[in-house]
Amino acid sequence: MTMRVRSILFGALGFAALAAIAPWLPPWLVSLATIAFANALVVLGLIILWRAGLVPFGQALFYAIGAYAVALIGRYTPIRDVFAVILVGAVAAGIVAYLIGFLLARYREIFFAMLSLAMSMILYGILVKTETLGSTDGFHVEAGSFFGYRPDGEMWNLAIYWLVLGFSAVLAWLVSLYFGSVAGSLGNPIRDNEIRVEFLGLSVDRLIHLKLVISGVLAGIGGALAALAVQHVDPAMSYWTTSGGFVFVTILAGAGSVAAAFVGSLAFELVRSFAVDLVPGTWQMILGTALLLTILFLPEGLGSLATRLRRQPKALPDAQPKAPS
Amino acid sequence: MLTVFAIVTDGLVYAAYLFLVAVGLTLIFGVMRILNVAHGSFYAFGAYGAATAAGIWFDRGWPDAGGFLLMALFAMAIGLVLGAVLERGILRFVYGRDEVVVVLVTYAAFLILEDVIVLIWGPRSYAAYQPMVAAGSVDIGDLTLSNYDIGLVLLAAAVAVLARWALKYTRYGRLLTVVIFDREAAAAYGINVTLVYTVTFIIGAMLGALGGAVMAPKISVTLGIGVEVIVLAFAVVAIGGMGSVEGALIGSLIVGLSRAAAVHLVPQLELFVIYAVMALVLGFRPYGLFSQIQPRKI
Repeated sequence: MTMRVRSILFGALGFAALAAIAPWLPPWLVSLATIAFANALVVLGLIILWRAGLVPFGQALFYAIGAYAVALIGRYTPIRDVFAVILVGAVAAGIVAYLIGFLLARYREIFFAMLSLAMSMILYGILVKTETLGSTDGFHVEAGSFFGYRPDGEMWNLAIYWLVLGFSAVLAWLVSLYFGSVAGSLGNPIRDNEIRVEFLGLSVDRLIHLKLVISGVLAGIGGALAALAVQHVDPAMSYWTTSGGFVFVTILAGAGSVAAAFVGSLAFELVRSFAVDLVPGTWQMILGTALLLTILFLPEGLGSLATRLRRQPKALPDAQPKAPS
Repeated sequence: MLTVFAIVTDGLVYAAYLFLVAVGLTLIFGVMRILNVAHGSFYAFGAYGAATAAGIWFDRGWPDAGGFLLMALFAMAIGLVLGAVLERGILRFVYGRDEVVVVLVTYAAFLILEDVIVLIWGPRSYAAYQPMVAAGSVDIGDLTLSNYDIGLVLLAAAVAVLARWALKYTRYGRLLTVVIFDREAAAAYGINVTLVYTVTFIIGAMLGALGGAVMAPKISVTLGIGVEVIVLAFAVVAIGGMGSVEGALIGSLIVGLSRAAAVHLVPQLELFVIYAVMALVLGFRPYGLFSQIQPRKI
């Protein structure tokens, strides 16, 4: 069995197990995991870009577009089906990503980070100043239906949780397929040396444009799911600190694997809820310290701990010089 | 006509504020290639420090001029300490890493410093209105201008001239220019690059804190003031071209005037217009108005 098939199997098993235990989990944990996995989809998009050396400091732009798309459909149309509204959120985010991609794909490094930040701040400015979009308060998101089935109360939370898990599983699989493809595996070469990639006859700008659209769609779906789960949208979803949070999880988790996005995002939400409970007022300090320590001592993220442990036993025999027999 | 005049004066005051904040950011970037997110913290610490100093001084009824001086000096002292701690304590360990990684390090420092502010000053907000009152105002035609605002514009102009003069004509400024141009060659010629980095970072931090100090009387000094400033200063610096003092000046004038125009003509667009201008400029000049051409590395 190849490594790839094995990790896909493990992933599928993991998601199935998470789905199966939900009814026995306390409701707060289910809600927390719902948000964590919805955000993990955004992080998945960031990993795609991070592999090419790009850090968008404005990914909340697409997150908010996905969320507001869902909220607006609930408000102005009779469409309530969650799959339909999420599709609209994803398409809306994808279109915006495609359009601003023409500008963004020309930039690298800090300029890329800043310009994407500026884009998200434009949306933030619009949302805050637009009364019909709820201004700073945002507005309520209507509960949805699943092909006509309308769960409510406790059941709604579970249904949304399963929905998020389903989307996570499928999208994680698709992203791992993308990483295996030519366009996806060119991420690291772009990071290392763009000009060599261009000498292969490929357009780096177009590869990055594609990555932007994929990550935009992922963030749009994440935002749409988060809006359905929280049943509220507000401009803070597009603020740069939200983007900073996504970047934070990406750095913490590392870009090594698709699974890292989900584990990292879950760990982030858990630590946050405990920190806010136990040591209120120092949450940002904990966050900053963790980020700093990760960058200084674990440059590949927490995910690299797992690979290090896995590789060590293998590496040992090689390290021993073999005596000539 | 009145509106035009109001736009120009408001724009100039806002531009002065932006320039004072952005000049430290662009200086640090120009020399060290560090986009310093913690600059927002320097600003916030400066504002808090100045508010504290104003509280101490003016409550005792001592002469006003000394109060202005104390506010600025107190803030700059805070900037000096913070800058030194950050550069020596954290940043020097990540020199040579990816530029984006260094941004994240400063972002981490910013997050930590945000909570340090709460620990020192608590969650309440401070008002340092006394200097505004003490400075008084002057009537020009139908418009009343605060002397404090006029002083702000003059201060920004003085900093701009001083920065340009220091970079062009002083020994340290020339050393900086060499380090900006080629760090390794500078080191090979015996320039102490580490020292230049430390000094530059501290000067940048002090400028950021000064920006906060002079703004303290005009705003409510409260939590989260650093956040807005970073994003605005980034926009200014990006428009002007990162690392260029002239760029920061032009960038802050453009942003200041266009924001003032938006506020007076179409207030809904206030926040939007700044970033729209930035996107527009970058659409034509991808690396800002005063950017230098960067060779591509093979």
